[in-house]
Amino acid sequence: MLTTLLLLPFAGALAVLLIPANYRVILRLVALITTGITVLQALSVFFAMQPEVAGFQLVEQAAWIPSAGFNYHVGVDGLNIGLTLLTSLVAFAAVCVSWDIEKQTKLYYFCLLLITGGAMGAFLSLDLFFLYFFNEIALVPTFLMMGIWGRGERKFHATYQMALYLTLGAMLALVGLASLYAASGANTLDIVTLNAWLAQHPLSSSSQRLLFPLFLFGFGTLVGLWPFHSWAAPGYAAAPPATAMLHAGVLKKVGLYALIRVALPLMPDGVRTWMPVLAVLCLGNILYCGWLALRQRDLALLLGNSSLAHMGFCFLGLASVSVTGITGVVVILVAHGLLAALNYALVGHVVRATGTSDMDKLGGLLRPMPVVGFCVVLAFMAGCGMPGFANFPGELGVLFGAWDRLPLVVIFAAWGGLLIGGVYMLRAIRSLLHGPVRAGLEGASDAGVGIALYWRSLPYAVLLVPLVFFGISPDTLVRRIEPAVIPIVKAAAAPSSPTLDTKSPSLTSLSPR
Amino acid sequence: MNYSLLTVEILTALLGLGVLLLDLWIPATSRKLLGIIAATGLGVLLVYAIGSAAPGDGTAFGGMFVVDALSGYAKGFFLVAGLIVLLLSIDSADTIHGYAEYCALILFALTGMLFAASANDFVLMFVALELITVTFYILVSFQRNRLSSLEAGVKYLILGALASGFMVFGIALIFGSANTTNFYEISTAQTALIKSPVFLTGILLTLVGLGFKIAAFPFQIWAPDVYQGAPALTTSFLATGSKAAGFVLLARVAFEAVPELTAARGHLFLGIGSITILYGSLCAIPQRSVKRLMGYSSIANAGYLLLGFGAASLAGGSAVLAYLGGYIFTVLAAFIGIQVVVSHQESDDISAFAGLARRSPWMAASLTVGLVSLAGIPPLAGFFGKLMILKAVAVQVGTSPMVILSLLVAVLGVVVGLYYYLGVLRSVYWPRSVSDLSPIPVSGTTKLALIFAVLGTVLIGVLPETTYQGARQAVAGLATPKSPATPASPPSATTQAAK
Repeated sequence: MLTTLLLLPFAGALAVLLIPANYRVILRLVALITTGITVLQALSVFFAMQPEVAGFQLVEQAAWIPSAGFNYHVGVDGLNIGLTLLTSLVAFAAVCVSWDIEKQTKLYYFCLLLITGGAMGAFLSLDLFFLYFFNEIALVPTFLMMGIWGRGERKFHATYQMALYLTLGAMLALVGLASLYAASGANTLDIVTLNAWLAQHPLSSSSQRLLFPLFLFGFGTLVGLWPFHSWAAPGYAAAPPATAMLHAGVLKKVGLYALIRVALPLMPDGVRTWMPVLAVLCLGNILYCGWLALRQRDLALLLGNSSLAHMGFCFLGLASVSVTGITGVVVILVAHGLLAALNYALVGHVVRATGTSDMDKLGGLLRPMPVVGFCVVLAFMAGCGMPGFANFPGELGVLFGAWDRLPLVVIFAAWGGLLIGGVYMLRAIRSLLHGPVRAGLEGASDAGVGIALYWRSLPYAVLLVPLVFFGISPDTLVRRIEPAVIPIVKAAAAPSSPTLDTKSPSLTSLSPR
Repeated sequence: MNYSLLTVEILTALLGLGVLLLDLWIPATSRKLLGIIAATGLGVLLVYAIGSAAPGDGTAFGGMFVVDALSGYAKGFFLVAGLIVLLLSIDSADTIHGYAEYCALILFALTGMLFAASANDFVLMFVALELITVTFYILVSFQRNRLSSLEAGVKYLILGALASGFMVFGIALIFGSANTTNFYEISTAQTALIKSPVFLTGILLTLVGLGFKIAAFPFQIWAPDVYQGAPALTTSFLATGSKAAGFVLLARVAFEAVPELTAARGHLFLGIGSITILYGSLCAIPQRSVKRLMGYSSIANAGYLLLGFGAASLAGGSAVLAYLGGYIFTVLAAFIGIQVVVSHQESDDISAFAGLARRSPWMAASLTVGLVSLAGIPPLAGFFGKLMILKAVAVQVGTSPMVILSLLVAVLGVVVGLYYYLGVLRSVYWPRSVSDLSPIPVSGTTKLALIFAVLGTVLIGVLPETTYQGARQAVAGLATPKSPATPASPPSATTQAAK
C-alpha cells in the first residue's frame, strides 16, 4: 500500500519522460491523473491507519543494500501520516496551478513529479538512508524549476543561494547520519532498530553532544532556522508557484520531521544540551523574521518571512520536549504546509493576473477578483492564527507545551508571533485587496471565467478545505499524532547515559594475514 | 605457467594489433568500421570477462600477476570504460587523423590497465603504469594540428617522466631494503620493514608516482592543462581508466603490501585528501572551460577517494572501490555530453553549452546525470560512493582531530562542487542568451554509449548492492595470502629470477 503511494509519482515521472515533448495536453493530464490518484491513495492510507495505536503501521520491508546495512523500510505512524496526505494534496494543487506553463512542459512536469516523489519517500522511509536519499532527489529538480520558470531580477542569485544552503544543510545532516551509524555500532540506520538498539546501548554523552548540532543545524538549515534562514524568502519569491508550493509546503517540513524522528529520541543528552540554544534561536525566527515580514512591500517576500516565523513556532515546540508541544509541532507542519502552498498558489495567480507582487502597485483587488481575494483573506486569517484554521490548535499546543519549561520564550513568542503576525497580515490585506482599484488593474482576471472558474479554483479549495477541516476537528490529527509522540518524548527525556569516551566500536582495520 | 589467467589481457592486445592490421585493408571511406569492430570485439571480451569471472584465484609469472576478486572487479570497469570510449570515438572516425592508430592505442592503454589490475609486484606495477602513461602521451597529443593538444602532450610527458623517475627510484629503494618487490612477500615481512627509513622512503617515492597518476596534491598540477588540451575523447579515458588504474594500484600497495603502514599512517591520506579536495574544488570555481573544470573536478574527486584510504579499514577500501566503479560511469556520462558539444561547436567554453537542453535533449540528459552524480546527489552513483566514504571516515572520529577536519573539508567540497557543476547545468537549461538553437545530431553509436553510461550511473546509485558487495569482496580478498598456494604458479622464490 505504501510502496504504491511512494512509487506513484515516480511512475508518473517516468511516463512523462516517455511522452513526446509536443503532446502538452497529454503531459498535463498524466501529471494531473498521477497526482490525483496519489491523493486518493494517501487518503486511503490515512483512513486505513488505526488511530490511537502506537508504533508503525502498514509496514513494508525489503533488503536493499544488506552489505552496508541499508534496507527499504516504509511505514506510517502519527508523525508522518498527516505529512503524506499533505504531500499528495499539495502536489495535486501544484499541478492544477501549472496549467499555464507553456515552456518545456515535459521537463516541468518531470521535475514536479520527482519533487513530489522525493518528498513522499522522505516521509514514508523508516530507514534514514532512504529518508536522506529521497529528500536529496528533490534538490536538482527544484534548482532547474526555479531557474527555468522562475521570475524576478534576482532569480539567479536566489536560486544559487537556495541550492547551496540546502546542500550545506543536507551535507551536515549526512555527516551526522554517517557518524551516528559509526558511533551507534548497530550497523544500520533503520529507525526502529536504532531506537531499540540505542535504548539498550546509549551513545556516550560526549558523542551525543557532538552529533546533535550536526542534526540540529543540518536539518535546521533545510527548514530555515535563524540564522540560516536567508535563502528561504528570496528563493520562494523567485520560484515558480508550483515549486514554491511544493518546497515551502512540503519539502521544508522534511527537516523538522527528521529532527523529531531522529535527533530527539536517539540523543537525549544532546537534547538537554542543545534545546536551550534552540529555544533562543527560535526567537530569531519568530521575532526577527516577523519583523522582516513587517517591513516587506513585496507580497512574496512577506509570505516567505511569515512562513519562517511560523517555523519558529515549530522550533519552540521542539525545544519544549513535551507531548503537547511536539504534537502541536506536527499539527503546525500539516497546517502550515497547506497554508504555505495556498499562499504561494495565490501569489502566483496575482502575479500572473497583474504582472507584479509589489504591494505598492497593487490595490483594490477584491473587486476584480473576488474568488481569489476571498481565498487570500482566509489564508491570511489562518496565517495569523485565527481559531477555525488548523494553525490555531497547533500554535496553541506549542505555546501550552512550552509554558512549563520556557515561560519567558513563550511570552515573547506569543506576543511576537500573534501580534506581529496580525499586523502584517492585516496591512497586507488592506493594501492588496481593499481601497480603490489601482489604474490598470480593473481588468485583472479572477481565477477563471464562467465554468472555468470552478476548476480554476479547485487547487485553492483542495488546500482550504482540509485547512478548515483540521481546524474545526483537530482531533482527527491529534489522536493519530499523540501515540507516536509519547514514546519520542519519553526517549528524549531518558536519564543521562554514563560519560565514557567513545572508542569507536568497529575499527575494522584490515588484519594482515 | 597458467596463461589462461591472462586471456583477457592477451585478447585485448591482439584486438589492438588486429585493428592496426585491418586498417591496411579497410578503405579510407569506411573507417567507422574499424571502430565498430574494435568496440564489438571489446564488448565480446567484456561479456567473456564477466562470464568467466569466478575461476578462482591464481597467480602467474612467479606471483607477479594475480587474479583475485580485486582484479576481476577492476577489469570489469576498465573494459566498460574502454568500450564506451571506443563507441564514442566512432563518430569522430573521419575527423581523427589516423583513426586506426587511435583505436589501437586505446586498446593498448586498456591492456596496461588490465595488467595494472592484476599487478602483484612493484615491477609489474611499474611496467603496467608505463604502458598506460606512454600510450597516453600519444593519445593526449593526437591532434597534431592543434597547438593546445601538443602543449598538453608535452606537459604530460615531462611531468609523467619525472613521476616515473621518482617511482623507479622508490622501487629500487624498496628492493634494496626488502630484497623483493613482490607485494605478498613484502607484506609477510612488513612489521620489520616499516621500521626501516630506506623502505619508508621507497614507499613514499612510489606513492609520488601513483599520486601523479591519480592527480593528488601536490602532483595534480598537470591535470587541468592536460584535460583541457587533450582531445575530449582522450580526456574521458584519462579521467576514468587511467585514474582508476592508479587507484587500484594504490589499493594494492596500501591494503595488500603494507596494510600495517596504512593503518599506522592513515592520517597522511586524510591530510593529502583534504588538501586535494580543497585545491580541486576552489580552483574549479572560476573556470570557463568545461574540460578544464572537469580536470579540477577530477582532482577534487581524487581527494574523496584518498579519504577512503585514510580510513584504513575494510569499509574504507570497499568505499573507495565502490566510489571508483560509479565514478567511471559518471565521468563517462558527463564526457559524452562534453565530447559531442566540443566536436560540434569546436569550443568547450561554458557558453558553448548554452541551450543544450533544447538543442539535444539526449546530450543534456547525459551531461546532467554525469554532473549531478559528480556533485554527489542521489539517486545517482556519486552519492552512494561519497556516503560510503564519509561513513568509513566517520568511524574513525576520536582517533585524531584530522578526521573531523577532513569531514568538514568533505562537506565544504560538496557544497563548492555543487556550485560549479550547477554553473554548467545552468548554461544547459537556462542560458542568459542563446544565439543558436539548431539541433545537434547524435548518432546511434553515441546514443548506445550514452545509454551504457547513464544506465550504469543510475543503477549503481539505485541498486548499489552488487557493486558494494563486489568491492567488499575485492578488498577482503587482498588480506588473504595468494602466492605460493596455487598449484598453477611456480613458487614465488623465482620472482627475482624472473627479473
